[in-house]
Amino acid sequence: MKEQNCVKIEFPSRSVNEGFARAAAAAFASQLDMTLTELGDLKTAVSEAVTNCIVHAYPDRLGPITMKLRILEPDTIEVQIKDRGRGIEDVERAREPLFTTGGEERSGMGFTIMESFTDTVKVRSRVGSGTTVTMRKKVSRRAATR
Amino acid sequence: MGSESVKVSTTQSGGRLTFHIAGELDHHGAGALMGRIEERIEALTPRDCVLDMRELTFMDSSGIAVIMRAYRRMNALGGRLFVENVQSQPLRVLDASGIDRMVNISTST
Ligand SMILES: Nc1ncnc2c1ncn2[C@@H]1O[C@H](COP(=O)(O)OP(=O)(O)OP(=O)(O)O)[C@@H](O)[C@H]1O
Ligand SMILES: [Mg+2]
Repeated sequence: MKEQNCVKIEFPSRSVNEGFARAAAAAFASQLDMTLTELGDLKTAVSEAVTNCIVHAYPDRLGPITMKLRILEPDTIEVQIKDRGRGIEDVERAREPLFTTGGEERSGMGFTIMESFTDTVKVRSRVGSGTTVTMRKKVSRRAATR
Repeated sequence: MGSESVKVSTTQSGGRLTFHIAGELDHHGAGALMGRIEERIEALTPRDCVLDMRELTFMDSSGIAVIMRAYRRMNALGGRLFVENVQSQPLRVLDASGIDRMVNISTST
């Protein structure tokens, strides 16, 4: 799919940036004519992926998170969230509903939510070098701007 | 982004303790919110606990963990938990999580 527009943002894994990342993704996505529900779904998926970097990738230090947003012709948004943290040993297991290494503070529903709120979720991870989550979502209305 | 963080206030009548939760609930604010809810439940041992989400505009899976923890605390006391006035985005998250099989969820009163 042809790329129409693209933005890349890097920020440290501070939890206050969860809200920033959601707002930034929503602002970029506003050039697509998305419904409020679709926008809410996108923000939720971004929140899950960024929180995972903050909580799991860098459990006891700050590290860099990059968020890359792309608009793909004709009406698809792609979000890529990447960390250079500890990585995931067994990605398939991590994606199972309720699986968590986070104890009572977490519910193990993050990947399940990303999967149900976007069309495709791709996870690439290597222990010790980091994780990249790439999500694509087709929006129902036509792209308004080019 | 401090203005976007989650806010909570409580009201009590009879054996019913209500937490009014407002703003955006994510991992950033969930720890403090969870602490506040547990502290009030321990102190007041209500019969019913309500999480009123009328003013909550956003919630991710961090909110599910908050609800589950409140549910377990109320269960341990032999009390009940209700999640009320859930708005559309939080409702989609709750639906995707299947938590409605355990906890009473309503969208408006
Ligand atoms: N970026 C990451 N780096 C390292 N481990 C990760 C990363 N993302 C997810 N994981 C691992 O995958 C597990 C499942 O992630 P998922 O988001 O589904 O649930 P959770 O984060 O544990 O709980 P929740 O998202 O409901 O708060 C995590 O517990 C963690 O072990
Ligand atoms: Mg998660």
